[in-house]
Amino acid sequence: MELQQKNPLKEFAPQLERTSIQGYAWILFLLMVIGVGVYAFLQQVIHGHEVTGMRDNVVWGVYIVNFIFFMGVSYAGALISGTLHLFKTAWRKPIIRMAEFITIIALLIGPCFILLCIGRLDKLHYLVIFGRIQSPITWDVIAISTDIFGCFIFLYLSLLRDLATLRDYELLQLPNWRKKIYKALALGYTGTPEQQERLNRATDIMAAMVIAIAIIVYSVLAWIFSVTLQPGWHSTIFGPYFVIAAVYSGSAVLILCMWVFRKVYHLEEYITKKHFVSVGVIMLVLAAFFGYFTFSDYLTKWYGSEKNDELLIQLLFKKFYWPFIISNYVGVLLPLLVVGIAKFRTITNITLTSIVVVIALWLNRYIIVVPTLESPYLPIQDSRPEWLNYSATWVEWSLTATGVAVFCLLFTLASKFINIVPVTGLQKEEKKEDILV
Amino acid sequence: MEEELNKNQKNSRRQFIKKGLIAGAGVAVGSGLIAAYVDSTAAETGEKVKVLTTGGEIMEVDRGLLKLPRVSREESHKGIPGRKFVMVIDLGKCKNARKCVQACQKGHHLPKSQEFMKVYLLQDSEKTAPYWFPKPCFHCDNPLCVSVCPVGATFKRSDGIVLIDNERCIGCKFCMTGCPYSTRVFAWKHYPEFDVDKEPYSPEASSPGKEGTVSKCDFCPDLIRVGKIPYCASACPMGVIYFGDVDEDTVTNGTETFQFSQLIHDRAGYRYLETLGTRPCVYYLPPVDRQFEVDRGFGDLDENIKERYKDTPYSKKNKP
Repeated sequence: MELQQKNPLKEFAPQLERTSIQGYAWILFLLMVIGVGVYAFLQQVIHGHEVTGMRDNVVWGVYIVNFIFFMGVSYAGALISGTLHLFKTAWRKPIIRMAEFITIIALLIGPCFILLCIGRLDKLHYLVIFGRIQSPITWDVIAISTDIFGCFIFLYLSLLRDLATLRDYELLQLPNWRKKIYKALALGYTGTPEQQERLNRATDIMAAMVIAIAIIVYSVLAWIFSVTLQPGWHSTIFGPYFVIAAVYSGSAVLILCMWVFRKVYHLEEYITKKHFVSVGVIMLVLAAFFGYFTFSDYLTKWYGSEKNDELLIQLLFKKFYWPFIISNYVGVLLPLLVVGIAKFRTITNITLTSIVVVIALWLNRYIIVVPTLESPYLPIQDSRPEWLNYSATWVEWSLTATGVAVFCLLFTLASKFINIVPVTGLQKEEKKEDILV
Repeated sequence: MEEELNKNQKNSRRQFIKKGLIAGAGVAVGSGLIAAYVDSTAAETGEKVKVLTTGGEIMEVDRGLLKLPRVSREESHKGIPGRKFVMVIDLGKCKNARKCVQACQKGHHLPKSQEFMKVYLLQDSEKTAPYWFPKPCFHCDNPLCVSVCPVGATFKRSDGIVLIDNERCIGCKFCMTGCPYSTRVFAWKHYPEFDVDKEPYSPEASSPGKEGTVSKCDFCPDLIRVGKIPYCASACPMGVIYFGDVDEDTVTNGTETFQFSQLIHDRAGYRYLETLGTRPCVYYLPPVDRQFEVDRGFGDLDENIKERYKDTPYSKKNKP
């Protein structure tokens, strides 16, 4: 059956078997960043939230921005891999696992940032014991935990065939305990027609479910902001706007991951320009949608010019001028130009654009969260500078870096545990010219 | 049941007016539980306060000996039966003396950086008059802070008071973004002032404060229970702040007592940002027939307090 075909695992096995010196250095570096983050976190626990830049007006800062950002990134797998799976897109195979890993790893990190924002972590279990269904935070708790659960199942189902391949691959030079793990995780899958049919059906169902759950999660996240009366947040467009921004950032992070793994594991044969261009086109379409939503949101606020909306827009165009320009102009137009114009459409350009898009979308969340809190209905009248203007402290930046480092570390470890490119049913990319390439 | 309640209310209103007339300055609104507990072990401060005994008599007691009874957490979730509290703030009389802020901070054992009562210098538009705007919690009848709380740590009581249970609060700060009036404050660390209060915690006292949780103006239900008006109302030298009961239709600042509905009607009382639909329980009387020039409000302030107002349109315009 499919497992008896020529085993392509031979090519990927070294990734799992050996870690280079650079690889260890990289892991050590990440651990050091995380170590500083742990120290920062202890500072926050010992000295209270005063060590952050947050104060009574800007009660949510970079932590919430990171929360929204990572949750958004987690969309890469959910929507992109889910959709590609359902449409049976042929080129998805080499990149689909990366997308699924992005989803689950980002989904594990995101909620940690909201925990950093909570004043009394010792009472966290109250969310369950005394949970009120009327509160959007309760919706969020339910939605995110469902999402993590669903995405784990989806990921696992897609790993199953490869786990069986790893179990059956005798030449694999790995310690016995790891082989035992593969054996246990493969659940006795041997690839009989019946098993295959069941697995396919389960994956189809989960792909659809994961898309639906992800849309709910991100809408709920948006509603945390838009159910309040704050100028700039109290907007009906926020649900879909957040969903689009999320997939958009997910697609950019996926391109970055493709580039990194292509270089590190020499996957040039499997991940080709076609993949970059295809995901790039997805990114382009999302950029257009994102720009459209952004424009709609700000146009109506500016044109109708209610007093507090006007103050907010003034703030955005003065104090937050550069973040606003980068996130809402550069972040929209650059992918349209780079991917849209054939001449610019190279792997390097698309990757560089993705970096800009990732930064732009982080800034986009920043200028959604902070300026609104800095311009409440009653003007802030205070003589303490930190009360007037939010600026994140080293503790917040360090923990932000830790979030990114944990993301990289988990991704590195995951790629050491299982081949980052699925081997089952994989074919090397044919040298066939695509219209877009 | 309902009849009985009505009868009680009628009685209490009659009693209230009677007592209000007798009591005079600095004393007691309301009815029901009127009792002051005296702690004979405490140190005297020399400052006398008048209290009503359970027998309805007025007694002078040293403030230092006065110990407010603290009801349990369960009890404090319910509210005082048959009451509906309201506050009226006369903007025509405020000169930013900040006595309300100080009394409130002292009464609730707050650090200087936490103000349950804030005084703003507002000016609605360029050509309109500037005025001082004391702002407590509005104890909204449609409180968004209560709706968004994930654990029920902030709640609306039967007497209209929106309270916070700091032992329940997880510190997510969602209520702070939910409140459109910037009313709530967060304990960003453990302030030494929290340790001053040795009494057991009660949501009605909002004290001792707890690190990592949210607190705010509580309408001083512990004072109301002993028949007194909130710290801010009794401390104001101008009598700006009136406190009372909508059902009794009476508000007092300690010296003057008014019929609430009549006062609002005659003086065109309004609620701040009515359009937001939060239905506040705090009413403002417009800043007309001023007793003081706005500039008097800058009078004896500390430099750091003065500095607060330096970016207001009014201060900028008057810059030399």
